[in-house]
Amino acid sequence: MNFTLKIWRQKDAKSKGGFETFKVQDISPDTSFLEMLDILNNNLIHEGKDPIVFDHDCREGICGMCSLHINGFAHGPDTEITTCQLHMRKFKDGDTITIEPWRSSAFPVIKDLAVDRSAFDKILQAGGFISVNTGGVPDANSILIPKKDADESMDAAACIGCGACVATCKNGSAMLFVAARVSSLAKLPQGRVEGARRAKAMVAKMDELGFGSCTNTRACESQCPKLISISHIARLNREFLKAKFRD
Amino acid sequence: MGNFLTSSSIGKKFVMSISGCFLVLFLLFHLAMNATAIFSPEAYNVICAALGANWYAVAGTAVLALGVFVHFIYALILTFQNWKARGGIKRYAVTKKEDSVNWSSKNMFVLGCIIVIGLVAHLYNFWYNMMFVELLGEHSNSFGLVPTDGAGLIMLHFANIVWVIIYLVWFVALWFHLTHGLWSMMQTIGWNNNIWLRRLKCIANILATIIMLGFAAVVIVYYLKSLGCDFLAA
Amino acid sequence: MAILDSKIPQGPIESKWSKHKADIKVVSPANKRKLDIIVIGTGLGGASAAASLGELGYNVKVFCISDSPRRAHSIAAQGGINAAKNYQNDNDSVYRLFYDTIKGGDYRAREANVYRLAEVSNNIIDQCVAQGVPFARDYGGLLDNRSFGGAQVSRTFYARGQTGQQLLLGAYAALNRQIAAGSVKSFPRHEIMDIVMVDGKARGVIARNLTTGEITRHGAHAVVMATGGYGNVFFLSTNAMNSNGSAAWRAYKKGAWFANPCFTQIHPTCIPVHGTQQSKLTLMSESLRNDGRIWVPKNKKDVELLRANLIKPSEIAEEDRDYYLERRYPAFGNLVPRDVASRAAKERCDAGFGVNETGLAVFLDFKTAIERLGKDVIRARYGNLFQMYEKITDVNPYEEPMQIYPAVHYTMGGIWVDYNLMTTIPGLYAIGEANFSDHGANRLGASALMQGLADGYFVLPYTIGDYLSHEIQSPKVDINTPEFEEAEKAVKDKIAQIFSIKGTQTVDDLHKKLGHIMWECVGMARTKESLTKAIEEIKKVREEFWKDVRVPGTNDEFNQELEKALRLADFLELGELMAKDGLNRNESCGGHFREEYQTPEGEALRDDEHYAYVAVWEYKGEGQEPELHKEELHFEAIKLAQRNYKD
Repeated sequence: MNFTLKIWRQKDAKSKGGFETFKVQDISPDTSFLEMLDILNNNLIHEGKDPIVFDHDCREGICGMCSLHINGFAHGPDTEITTCQLHMRKFKDGDTITIEPWRSSAFPVIKDLAVDRSAFDKILQAGGFISVNTGGVPDANSILIPKKDADESMDAAACIGCGACVATCKNGSAMLFVAARVSSLAKLPQGRVEGARRAKAMVAKMDELGFGSCTNTRACESQCPKLISISHIARLNREFLKAKFRD
Repeated sequence: MGNFLTSSSIGKKFVMSISGCFLVLFLLFHLAMNATAIFSPEAYNVICAALGANWYAVAGTAVLALGVFVHFIYALILTFQNWKARGGIKRYAVTKKEDSVNWSSKNMFVLGCIIVIGLVAHLYNFWYNMMFVELLGEHSNSFGLVPTDGAGLIMLHFANIVWVIIYLVWFVALWFHLTHGLWSMMQTIGWNNNIWLRRLKCIANILATIIMLGFAAVVIVYYLKSLGCDFLAA
Repeated sequence: MAILDSKIPQGPIESKWSKHKADIKVVSPANKRKLDIIVIGTGLGGASAAASLGELGYNVKVFCISDSPRRAHSIAAQGGINAAKNYQNDNDSVYRLFYDTIKGGDYRAREANVYRLAEVSNNIIDQCVAQGVPFARDYGGLLDNRSFGGAQVSRTFYARGQTGQQLLLGAYAALNRQIAAGSVKSFPRHEIMDIVMVDGKARGVIARNLTTGEITRHGAHAVVMATGGYGNVFFLSTNAMNSNGSAAWRAYKKGAWFANPCFTQIHPTCIPVHGTQQSKLTLMSESLRNDGRIWVPKNKKDVELLRANLIKPSEIAEEDRDYYLERRYPAFGNLVPRDVASRAAKERCDAGFGVNETGLAVFLDFKTAIERLGKDVIRARYGNLFQMYEKITDVNPYEEPMQIYPAVHYTMGGIWVDYNLMTTIPGLYAIGEANFSDHGANRLGASALMQGLADGYFVLPYTIGDYLSHEIQSPKVDINTPEFEEAEKAVKDKIAQIFSIKGTQTVDDLHKKLGHIMWECVGMARTKESLTKAIEEIKKVREEFWKDVRVPGTNDEFNQELEKALRLADFLELGELMAKDGLNRNESCGGHFREEYQTPEGEALRDDEHYAYVAVWEYKGEGQEPELHKEELHFEAIKLAQRNYKD
């Protein structure tokens, strides 16, 4: 298969970027999207040009490192996957593919297609944990958790922190990301203890870092590679408002 | 509790939700009132007289105005902040609408603006010629009608096809705004989950449709009346 | 350097750890505040260690190459984590977990370390639950278990197919809490370029900021390597693209001896290679072998039809299928250890029964399980894995069996450490996959997570105190000394040298060459000849690299090619040591299969008389042969025996 690629190039955070067009040829349909970019980069280096910078690591859809806005969709035009799991068979031979970095003021571009998502770390540092030290904890089976709650907690905990929700949301909102963590811990008795504090701290940090607010468009859940539901956002709202009204 | 209603994103959304909810309740009340006009212009005018320039009706109107004002100002603030968070106007070279996303959910602000413009026209058409006239202490409005003759005003405006069309467009915008807004406000205050989402959306669609059709019925019935086919009277 | 002293405590195996804990020194809270520790890596080992050390009051700096600590490759572990809780009442115990691990490792692990691992395994589960890890539960609200290879009990705790992710998020949350508290400082997108030695002790590191290229110095009273394994030396592996052995190799060159480098685990259930453009291999969790059955056709005729796409695997009748693991190993069936399952797959494919076009694939079939349990149960257990498989291969595993083939997955070898997890460099520790100690010649499934967290939460925080108790008088490490200056200069010189080559081959071109040599000659089956050949050929590729590599751009920018080049430069040396170690070990054990040494049935044939030792390699300088040291393995609690998974 052959493709024309329109790729965003930007030297560093301060530079102004722009699109550059490339061609790749003889790509097998079984090639993954990032492998296709590997091939392009390998060719570019042979031609004496600078390869395209893009973030990636595990290449099996779990580390959350890969990003890319491909033909108008975060993680490309397929559902329930990250970019590294996207395969070229999803495109038609001869297609022109536009590849952009994720855009949101809280995710500044570092170079080309790589963006800085450290804001996510900062939100979790604000309260995305249960305050227990190592050791001195009760036996694992001393805390009974209904299967339904454990499953729901796991649904939310599946979040990989890739940022597709922010990249997709027209408001650049991180609500789905924050909700996933808050909701996952809120469903567990051990997490309930500091639930109010957590919700308040994480939302405050999220606002401080310049993420937008949620207008319930549901675009985030449609692009989430782990299909995290907006029902978790409802739970976050509930947790937050309850905490605030109790104060 | 602090000032989270003005400082935090969820707090602001909460205000949007509550003020929106209040406005929906008002719409239902307004609709009940209007529906009367279809069946009996006289009964409608009795209501108009009851809701004239007395203190509780004026206070009610003031509260209502405040509701609209808060809802709109918060919308402005949130839209501006969201626009900033998104990173400006030109975001992606290629954007596509995700399949599961409702068009109205992404255009609530635009729809809201259309509704506000319609509201201004509506206030000019009716409120200005009714309660406002009474507040000034006068006894007839610019059309020479007594300010409590609401039915007369309706008749007067909706004989004009231009107003009919403008109002119908307004109601359609309202319908779109409500189909999203109604379930969205429940989501914002946290009363939603995977099971209720579908139910809420269904309720929102039904309610929005009732409101739109109800208001539109008045306009259409009176337009038809003006054409001489007064089927209710017959 | 002193002879290898493993510092194994005296006494019966059950009481070694408690006795040791009682004997070692501790540091007072006031003194902990004065001590700095550097942790390299934020996988399960690194994150848990950094968090625990921060909680204790040390000043911790933690480095990772990803944009967030949460991205470390521990996150990709799917199946589960072992613990000897005996919640299932199936007669599990600390001793049984210890025994299974030693046996699974083909009797090449250190008894005392493994026993300690089994001992603390239960604490890990308690700790993780307290942190909010949503392990799978039964309707009664208690924790659920599944089975893994090499065990006849159900002791594996899991969170769907994302156990590694959930455990890492737990450790990462604990780490975040310490970062917020100010006791840990995090340096994401930083790679360690060298370890700095002062007066024979590890005293700091040289780091490179991956986005700006800035080279910085960091001093500390102790350095902890939690850098994972070096499986990427094979180019194609299940490791993440950025996983590398460089920090470990830097440590080796600074005097940390390297143990059993040839012990590589080939995981039996990976998605087969599909072409030359592939960048990495994807693992399908071992947990699938709980319900999946592995087979190839009995008849060559069916194989040919399959390869020509003329029939579907589901059309092959039950009696024409060869469930070769169940046939060969009736007692363990599909749940034999990984090395055994991998070799059995290779044996069938070598015999011409491979089921895809390349002839390098076998089936993993859920037909029986779906008939027995229903699709919904299978979906609840493995839904995300099935989805992942379908996305990659375009085949629906609910309808047709999966195709799998072995691939490089884990390295049991690593930096040599003593019982305290300290390397041969005083003040330098190695934990998790980066060290060698617990898995012998083959790691059992669901044990890597256990080891990473055991080291980070429950072992290192104790043992490092013993060393640091002697450092309370040491002032803050001064980074403006000749030692730091020299180390920094060496790093800068090396980078400049790589840029100056301006050759014709890309890093990937050369890495693929290395990978090919490693897979063919130092892979699943090795011979004296193949290993000798590997040593020669790796040398050639290394020379090519230093003459002909092309790295575009400059150091002062986000330069991913430079990152890769620096890592490959180290792999090109590490690969050779792996081959040398393999050549030295004239026996087959676990993942190290020398074709010359096998039983008549084709099983690994150990030579306990001559090779019951840890091969520990000492770097002797550029162009010098490394020196081999031996740590004899003494088995007191367990009797050495031929591994038997048949009955």
